[in-house]
Amino acid sequence: MSAAGGSSSHFAWVLRLADTNLVLAQRLGELIGHAPALEEDLGLANTALDLLGQARLLLTHAGQLEGKGRDEDALAFLREESEFLNATLVEQPNGDFGDTIVRQLLFDAWQVPLYERLTLSRDPGLAAIAAKGVKEARYHLRYSAGWVVRLGDGTAESRERVQGSLERLWPFTAELLQADDIDREMHAAGIGADLAAVRGDWERQVAATLAEATLERPRDRPWRWYGKRGEHGEHLGRLLAQMQVLQRTHPGASW
Amino acid sequence: MDTAALEARFAARIDADERIEPKDWMPDAYRRALIRQMSQHAHSEIVGMLPEGNWITRAPTLKRKAILMAKVQDEGGHGAYLYGATETLGVTRAALIDELLAGSAKYSSIFNYPTPTWADVGAIGWLVDGAAIMNQIPLCRCSYGPYARAMVRICKEESFHQRQGYDIMLSLARGTLAQRRMAQGALDRWWWPALMMFGPPDAESKHSAQSMRWKVKRFTNDELRERFIEFTVPQAEFLGLEIPRGTIDWSEFHEVLNGNGPCNRERLTARRHAHEQGRWVREAALAYAEKQRSRQREAV
Repeated sequence: MSAAGGSSSHFAWVLRLADTNLVLAQRLGELIGHAPALEEDLGLANTALDLLGQARLLLTHAGQLEGKGRDEDALAFLREESEFLNATLVEQPNGDFGDTIVRQLLFDAWQVPLYERLTLSRDPGLAAIAAKGVKEARYHLRYSAGWVVRLGDGTAESRERVQGSLERLWPFTAELLQADDIDREMHAAGIGADLAAVRGDWERQVAATLAEATLERPRDRPWRWYGKRGEHGEHLGRLLAQMQVLQRTHPGASW
Repeated sequence: MDTAALEARFAARIDADERIEPKDWMPDAYRRALIRQMSQHAHSEIVGMLPEGNWITRAPTLKRKAILMAKVQDEGGHGAYLYGATETLGVTRAALIDELLAGSAKYSSIFNYPTPTWADVGAIGWLVDGAAIMNQIPLCRCSYGPYARAMVRICKEESFHQRQGYDIMLSLARGTLAQRRMAQGALDRWWWPALMMFGPPDAESKHSAQSMRWKVKRFTNDELRERFIEFTVPQAEFLGLEIPRGTIDWSEFHEVLNGNGPCNRERLTARRHAHEQGRWVREAALAYAEKQRSRQREAV
């Protein structure tokens, strides 16, 4: 499995990670300048920049695996909605600060244990990106978990709001934690991670944060979202229309 | 020591180019003038996040997106240290922000202009940050220590911002016909407002003479404006863009300053909206901190 000419599963699996980072960075980018306090403008921008940096490395790596000459921008700006393989969680709108920070906690608590395992990936490019990314992800998790605790154990209003955010966003976590065929194939090949093990770490982290925040764990719901297979809700199309507008309006221009 | 003696010693220190520090005695008028100038500067950084922030989600490449996010984040950081430096004069950031939101504090008029195209992001970096650097480099030697030190750090980042703006303009100027038109349109929009950033002509500037005596300000508005023009005209020629002809319309300057510019309302509304929407979050953080303190007291 050389760098140019990875399997299509390998390409798709790296794209899942890349797109999940990119779409979340795009969402956080909408907020810069509009956060509840100046420190949060800086903190959210910091997370957005790290995620975008990781997304660029992952997209470049995916393009090399595909071997068709697509670079990070071709993959980001010239694919359609159904070709985006991001988790459905990250395309959810920013909502209020509670929604933003709960989405971030549920994501960060997944990314940290995932990256920890990917540092041992048989794909050396992916292992290097994960080794750099895991330090950033741990920092993001401290930030998001710290805020969930303050909002949960803050005022009656903040507790009610953030519990509502948790209920709304919880259904989107299932696909992050349950392996499908591509996840299993990549784990078996030593490229991906064992999502059952990631799930164990995620459950412990989220349970600890919710306990400290005096929040209740929502019930799991039967419906499954599969953004990672290109099956999205209603929000991604608009996000991409905005993100891709200049590249689509001026085909072939350089910027 | 009586006031006359304190004032004489203060004036002597200014004449000797000594730095004034927060705990030093200073005339009330000097303190008030610094609070006014520094808080306006801090507000300008915060409001200045909005026109460029308008393009973060639509930046045309991922590299440009990352650079723009970092730039807007830098501006927030500049606002944070300028508020911090202003607090050394005995005011609070919360009170200053309340004045901004109430519409009673000023910020740089330039941020009341819209950014309808991607080229406006380039023009802001090239012209607006370029003009800001001209204004701000002398402030690194300003007589008030905390302001001077904040400006050293800020100027380093601003020069990076200016270069990235020019780099955007260069890509557009070497691009397609539509891109070149976009670049020229942005230069046409930003040229006059950028020249107005240096403030009214020397003859009409009400704060200049006193600020020069206090060595808060080192060059006059017109001197800095001329220097900026000399610096920028050859850069426009290199891009193959035309500098607009004509003269500055000072009535426009006064209108924008008085709240009647194209985006004054949008900018303040955006700041107020963020502040209002964030109220419950700030209240929760305070309530949590208070609970933590009482838990610690109980534990002792």
